[in-house]
Amino acid sequence: MTDASINASRAYEDEASFGDYFALLKPRVMSLVVFTALVGLLAAPVGVHPVVGFCAILFIAIGGGASGALNMWWDADIDKVMKRTKGRPIPAGKVEAGEALALGLALSGLSVIMLALAANVFAGAFLAFTIFFYVVIYTMWLKRATPQNIVIGGAAGAFPPVIGWIAATGTMSVEPWLMFLLTFMWTPPHFWALALFMRSDYDDAGVPMLTVTHGRRSTRLHILAYTVLLAVLAVGTAFSSIGGPLYLAVALVLNAMFLHGAWKITRRDEDDSEADNFKVERSFFKLSLLYLFLHFGAILAEALLKPFGLGGW
Amino acid sequence: MALHKEHEIHKRRSGLNKGVGILLAAFVVLIMVLTMVKVTSSGFQFPETQEAQN
Repeated sequence: MTDASINASRAYEDEASFGDYFALLKPRVMSLVVFTALVGLLAAPVGVHPVVGFCAILFIAIGGGASGALNMWWDADIDKVMKRTKGRPIPAGKVEAGEALALGLALSGLSVIMLALAANVFAGAFLAFTIFFYVVIYTMWLKRATPQNIVIGGAAGAFPPVIGWIAATGTMSVEPWLMFLLTFMWTPPHFWALALFMRSDYDDAGVPMLTVTHGRRSTRLHILAYTVLLAVLAVGTAFSSIGGPLYLAVALVLNAMFLHGAWKITRRDEDDSEADNFKVERSFFKLSLLYLFLHFGAILAEALLKPFGLGGW
Repeated sequence: MALHKEHEIHKRRSGLNKGVGILLAAFVVLIMVLTMVKVTSSGFQFPETQEAQN
């Protein structure tokens, strides 16, 4: 773009900065990817050289960011309708959709190849599958087709600890899948609580969110059902090789709080929620953030304590 | 209309260019360090040369 063409094409205020391109990678989602992949890598029973471990986490994060850019490219039409997403770089007019596509594809290729070289080919292939799953299966195909979209999207977001584990060991076992299930089962109550108090967003965009297709009462019951299953899984994980007494204590306290929150959501109706501006739903959503962070933090603590003879059973 | 040297757009583009430059430089350093770690690890083996294969 030449200086002379600036005025003709778009105002300079709209030209993208470095931060706008970075925002395409969904940094907040990337931080969750980094944390859970790191836990997967460190909880594995195989030591990894710090540089190799750093590279593995970095390329998993870049792969996650690439998925985010491709998601924003595809979803630009609905992002500009929803209040929560209309400030993103494409709907805000900072970045062209084609630029997001190019960045997403380039970073996908880079991250997969570099992870395969830095760690192992299995990890690289699994990262490629994760990007494919999130972008094609979830974003392009099922997000706008089924009210269970959040469940499927949750699966894509749950893969990073499995990739971290494979990057360390080169093999698969039950433990990383327990970490996968933890995030997978956590995602629906987390997002459905958000959908309850961001009510008009998904309606406006025409995304078949459970609140729209099955009603808000049904969504409240779904939150409780998933929270019960999640509690069984989360406490059960304490008795696997990645668990231990510390994890068990954390899981018992957090799941009791989470179940209590889900129960309160189920007992409320819309009038109750409107009266206090969705106070219970909002606090459940905030608790869900802490819930996942502390569960993975406890798994990490158990792994880090093991060399001192303290972690695990 | 010619743009002044100190125009806001130049600062913004400069920021973007510097950001990309720093990332590329960091990537080069990272690859170098990773290569050093790989070739100095105990499990590393040079591929067989043509002469050795014959």
